[in-house]
Amino acid sequence: MSLRIYAFAYLIFLYAPILLLPLFAFNDATVIAFPLSGFTTDWFARLAETRALHDAVRNSLFIAVMTALFSTILGVCAARAGAMSHFPGKRGIMGLIMIPLVLPEIIVAVALLVVMVQVLGLGLSNWTIIFAHTLICTPFSVAILNGAFQNLDPAMEEAALDLGETRWSAFRLVILPLVTPGIVSSLLISFTISLDEFIIAFFLTGANPTMPVYIWSLLRFPASVPVVMALGTILVALSVLLLTIAEIFRRRGLARAGVKDTGGFL
Amino acid sequence: MSTLISLRGVQKYYGDYHALRDVDLDIAGGEFFSLLGPSGCGKTTLLRTIAGFEDVSEGTVMLAGKEMRGVAPNLRPTNMVFQSYAIFPHLSVAENVAFGLRRSGKSRDEKARMVDEALDMVGLAGYGARRAHALSGGQRQRVALARALILKPKVLLLDEPLSALDRKMREQMQVELIKLQRNVGITFILVTHDQEEALVMSDRIAVMFEGRIAQVDDPETLYRRPRSRQVASFIGKMNFLDATVKSTGPRIALVVAGLGPVEIDAEQAPGGATPGDTSVGIRPEMLSLVFEGDAPPRKIVSATVDEVVYYGDMTYYDVRIAGVAAPLNIAMKNIIGRPVLEVGAPTQVAWDERALVLV
Amino acid sequence: MKHPEMARGALTADQKRSMALVAPPFLYAIALLAVPVGAILLFSFWTQDFMDVDTTFTLNNYREIADQPIYGALLGRSLWVALCVTAVTVITAFPVAYFISFHVRSERKSLWLFLITIPFWTSYLIRVFLWKVILGYNGVINSSLLQVGLIEEPLTFILYNVNAVVITLSHAFAPFAILPIYVALEKIDRSLLEAARDLGEGVIRTFTRVTLPLAMPGVVAAVLIVFIPVIGDYVTPELMGGAGGKLIANMIQTQFLALNNAPLGAALAIVAMAMVTAVALLFVFLNRRWLRGRE
Repeated sequence: MSLRIYAFAYLIFLYAPILLLPLFAFNDATVIAFPLSGFTTDWFARLAETRALHDAVRNSLFIAVMTALFSTILGVCAARAGAMSHFPGKRGIMGLIMIPLVLPEIIVAVALLVVMVQVLGLGLSNWTIIFAHTLICTPFSVAILNGAFQNLDPAMEEAALDLGETRWSAFRLVILPLVTPGIVSSLLISFTISLDEFIIAFFLTGANPTMPVYIWSLLRFPASVPVVMALGTILVALSVLLLTIAEIFRRRGLARAGVKDTGGFL
Repeated sequence: MSTLISLRGVQKYYGDYHALRDVDLDIAGGEFFSLLGPSGCGKTTLLRTIAGFEDVSEGTVMLAGKEMRGVAPNLRPTNMVFQSYAIFPHLSVAENVAFGLRRSGKSRDEKARMVDEALDMVGLAGYGARRAHALSGGQRQRVALARALILKPKVLLLDEPLSALDRKMREQMQVELIKLQRNVGITFILVTHDQEEALVMSDRIAVMFEGRIAQVDDPETLYRRPRSRQVASFIGKMNFLDATVKSTGPRIALVVAGLGPVEIDAEQAPGGATPGDTSVGIRPEMLSLVFEGDAPPRKIVSATVDEVVYYGDMTYYDVRIAGVAAPLNIAMKNIIGRPVLEVGAPTQVAWDERALVLV
Repeated sequence: MKHPEMARGALTADQKRSMALVAPPFLYAIALLAVPVGAILLFSFWTQDFMDVDTTFTLNNYREIADQPIYGALLGRSLWVALCVTAVTVITAFPVAYFISFHVRSERKSLWLFLITIPFWTSYLIRVFLWKVILGYNGVINSSLLQVGLIEEPLTFILYNVNAVVITLSHAFAPFAILPIYVALEKIDRSLLEAARDLGEGVIRTFTRVTLPLAMPGVVAAVLIVFIPVIGDYVTPELMGGAGGKLIANMIQTQFLALNNAPLGAALAIVAMAMVTAVALLFVFLNRRWLRGRE
């Protein structure tokens, strides 16, 4: 089937550049070119020694964790409200919340820079980046949790109330367990997006760069290219790991609720 | 049986929409009561009002002598079986059934015993360990019943519980619900749009249209003595003929189109009678076609066969009589020796004025 | 829910709870999106000299954008690149989405989608950088071709120009295009297609007359999901574009961070946003006309 061949070729094309990473991360040469020169772990060792990188990573992790928490909480609120009854202005309100999905990030970066620095006169810090990242991650969280909440039978909450629970305990005992896989996915996705986000961080970074911003600074120097390859290898491996976990959770969540798997987050 | 639920002057508005109008209703303890009507008539709203999920805009709702306005669902002596059953898929059957006992303070053993008893009562003995999401529709409904009944409510509310089941399952569950209600002995209030279902299961039925209660009666009275044309055509099949009332009293004189002058008893006009134009109804099974060898009928009128539908045990005829535009529907049992008439054949319709209802 | 229709007038308790729930994310979006975008709109009408901002209303920034050819050129190039990338990604993505939806067993679909989206979640910066490495003068392509003997001198037309930008972006945004098309294809009732075949339509005609129109919402979504972020991309043109491959986002960054001319940068951002919105709306409108014309 020629369509099958096309699809496989497409997949290979998609992955080809990424596969170069481990290839050259262990390659004993400063120039990324064929033929390969020999095996070395020097570049990884160099990574372990670079203080600036460690600081950047720590920053990024902190920002990513906070972003994941905030955007998931906001996502739960919006998705829950969205799955419930229609209220006036619902479309517009949900639309506004989801707009960051279709806005070029540079607009968000520039707009927030203007407000933070020129209008409010606030200094830039990790928190500005956290607020900005939360803004762009919330739509993803909403999209993921929408699916989770819409799969719920709205009568279940009422049934729990009828059987003696309060609104909060009904949420805790019935809704939450069924939405937890969606929450976990949302946390992981938001975390990943924030970790990798560059342009907003670039515009809003204070004294402490995030990891992508740090990588950007490295790219200026040809000598640091292999180190970047090594770092890239680690990052990709980490992303794949996180995503696999997210996918396992998603599938487990569906099995728990007895819902058929339609594939994918969206 | 004493009155358990009492609604007086209940009105319910959603913004401008008047969902329940002037509802007065008494339901006794231990009876199987149905709310029957077409979609949008307000029957589910009324049920939810009794359950406590909706609040009334005006009027009183009394349960067991206590005013229930403003009382939350979990504090009322009612429990509900939802149309979708609302079984918690992440819990087992036993955990589902025991859900309402969480705050009861009972011991683990006591709860387990009660769960087993409840499952046994609904015919699901031994299903406790099953995952709730792996059950069939009929099984889920039983779990929903067990889950509600284990809390020993005074009233069980059922919102169209059988509509999601296929026909065979539905008929089976109808019988089981009747048995269950007799067994447990509490009031069941059932919401349905299926009049056959209501007739089969209920002790009494409230027929609703557009937010109002049109008639409350036992199934037989509802069927034989509908108070209005609306109720008459909703319950079972009914033939309608135009009529003019000439005089009222213990005997009512009227002229019926196609059948001529007739006298009926006042009891045959449950909604009352006033001189003037109105209509009468007669059920298809109260009419019959005259065949050779039949006993001479009380009253007779000539007709032509318009349509024949053969059903196996019955044959349904549409016949036209002189002076009436719409055909009359007649249900005839297929017995040995009785021929099936053809379209266009002339025939005679036997009728009895005691079967007429003034609507 | 089986509630009767809600008429205008009083809000139910349920509605009130929904609105209370949606308030935090909504207000957050107002504070961090609507307000700042409003701020740059304001800024675009002001002027800045070093660190001082002059708040007298002026259209000078917009005039400068209209007058100076460089801005028009950048906007035009950005539009062109975005359209190319969108066309390439959506057209190459469609067969893959079709394949997964129609030719893959149900149990395997999740796996395919998972594999396709993984590259999307890895670091964008790294992926762009990899393309730089691949297309470079001493890069992977050149060194391989030289090794094999297919060329004698390294190719120079594949990096530091618009082509490089288009190639890189097409690769980066490929998964964006697949998912919406896949979702739309999945929603198509298979019995419709069987009915068409049953009525005598060939495979191609079934596709053009039934499948494609029904998949259109997904195609539109894919187009928008690719087009809008691409036109505002900064990283790829900066790393791969050279002098002739820069796009509008790079100029915006320059104005803001290098030249300290926030008002001009703001005006550029507004113009870019307006252009994006106009093109997007135009596309949706044309698409509706096309669909309606077929009925």
